[in-house]
Amino acid sequence: MDKSVSPQNSLVSVRHLTFTRGDTKIFDDISMEFERGKITAIMGPSGTGKTTLLKLIGGQLFPNQGIINIDNKNVHQLRRADLYSLRKRMGMLFQSGALLTDMNVYDNVAFPLREHTHLPESMIRTLVLMKLQAVGLRGARNLMPNELSGGMARRVALARAIALDPMMIMYDEPFTGQDPISKGALVHLIKSLNNTLGLTSIMVSHDVQETTAIADYIYVISGGKIVGQGTPQEIKQSTSEWVQQFMTGAADGPVHFHYPAKDYVDDLLSSGKRY
Amino acid sequence: MMIEFLQTLGKNTRASFTKLGRATFFLIQTVSGTASVLPRPRLLLKQMYSVGVLSFLIITISGLFVGMVLGLQGYYTLSDFGAEETLGVMVAASLVRELGPVVSALLFAGRAGSALTAEIGLMKATEQLSGMEMMAVDPIKRIISPRFLAGLLSMPLLAALFSAVGIIGGQLVGSGLLGVDEGAYWSQMQANIDFQDDIINGVLKSLVFGFVTSWIALFEGYDSVPTSEGVSRATTRTVVNSAFSILGLDFILTALMFGDD
Ligand SMILES: Nc1ncnc2c1ncn2[C@@H]1O[C@H](COP(=O)(O)OP(=O)(O)OP(=O)(O)O)[C@@H](O)[C@H]1O
Ligand SMILES: [Mg+2]
Repeated sequence: MDKSVSPQNSLVSVRHLTFTRGDTKIFDDISMEFERGKITAIMGPSGTGKTTLLKLIGGQLFPNQGIINIDNKNVHQLRRADLYSLRKRMGMLFQSGALLTDMNVYDNVAFPLREHTHLPESMIRTLVLMKLQAVGLRGARNLMPNELSGGMARRVALARAIALDPMMIMYDEPFTGQDPISKGALVHLIKSLNNTLGLTSIMVSHDVQETTAIADYIYVISGGKIVGQGTPQEIKQSTSEWVQQFMTGAADGPVHFHYPAKDYVDDLLSSGKRY
Repeated sequence: MMIEFLQTLGKNTRASFTKLGRATFFLIQTVSGTASVLPRPRLLLKQMYSVGVLSFLIITISGLFVGMVLGLQGYYTLSDFGAEETLGVMVAASLVRELGPVVSALLFAGRAGSALTAEIGLMKATEQLSGMEMMAVDPIKRIISPRFLAGLLSMPLLAALFSAVGIIGGQLVGSGLLGVDEGAYWSQMQANIDFQDDIINGVLKSLVFGFVTSWIALFEGYDSVPTSEGVSRATTRTVVNSAFSILGLDFILTALMFGDD
């Protein structure tokens, strides 16, 4: 198999990462490379730890074992000031949007610019309107976050994440809650950000179609392990049961739809202590 | 049975100590973060407005009623000894030394402290704080420290407002209703209230209360379990813990300040 990922050219590398929460092993010795200027997608069933992985890369969580390097620097050994200056060059689109609820859309997008630059307001205005135009929400600039739909909030968060023109960006399920039209526009936007700015993108997504359309490389994770990786082409043709089940959405297979539990019938018939 | 009890006791003690540790660490970060608030007075002013100015009404009305009650009760007691001329001293001393700082701090904890906890807790629950961290903005410096400073500075002002309104309330009842000589009310007060002993000490008390109440409110919000239930519990803890701390500290401060003259 052609492994097109070479550690030399990667911006982010995850090496032998193990992370536990309580007694559950979320990641069990996984290694991944995220190449410069490419879109790398992470796919996997709900609850496997995709969001957790992004938080580990962003330095918000600490691994139990293993290292994560960004631009050849170990994220978890950086001093606070260095971590913060690294984060200025990283954008992150939160699954929930995480907009600041006491500011309107305009001020939310302007927030990182005002915090980290000394640009005059006229320049900030131009930048904010450009970013909002890119996500199709220039007309919504005066709305407050509670007046936005889930999909709109996520697009505002995307505009905010790219406000500082970062070197890399992490998207946590950018397509969820988007109608087909804005989905298409977002696919186009993510692709063109990547091409024109040379951005490195890490994208978590469940949408098989959109992801295979724009990703350069895909990791499929499940149960704390990497169960498949390769270019979209390779992934589609993979013979791995795991990958096939995920790509086709079959309910039955190595990945279980249910969170681990005891036998269903036993559970229903048992005395049912209430708690 | 006994073992179980000891185990629970041990576990709870340990939990309290680790929480105290986290709270101390949080306080150190918050206080050192105030340095970065000073170059940005607008952040501070906005918070002074929401914790301070919005508490004006409740403080004014409560101060007025407390002063009026003091006027009534003081008059009944003092007139037994024919000393109703000193009503002004009694009202002012009670307010400036005790009731002003204490009652306004209790009201502040209920009005502004609970709101701060809920606000910070919800910001945590909706990932606004971690979103800020990922944008390389330190939430302690940007969100917590300005609120802390605003609480600290608002408290003495609110206590002063409370006392001032209370003194007027006492006068309304005392000389308006019960016929104490108005000139005596004010001049006795002027002659017997000491700037250093009474006023400065009262201000010191309210600074301490403002410090502790803001610390508790912000920490409980920051440390809350990020769910609706977690935030509501944290809000309750803010009010209860602030009340205990204010009353307990008041006893200690009073003993230290007014002990021996
Ligand atoms: N704060 C937390 N405390 C304890 N466990 C957590 C916490 N956050 C997440 N988990 C657990 O970690 C696991 C991974 O969570 P994560 O949010 O990373 O999943 P995900 O892959 O992003 O899922 P989804 O696709 O649904 O967003 C889950 O099983 C969850 O129960
Ligand atoms: Mg997730």
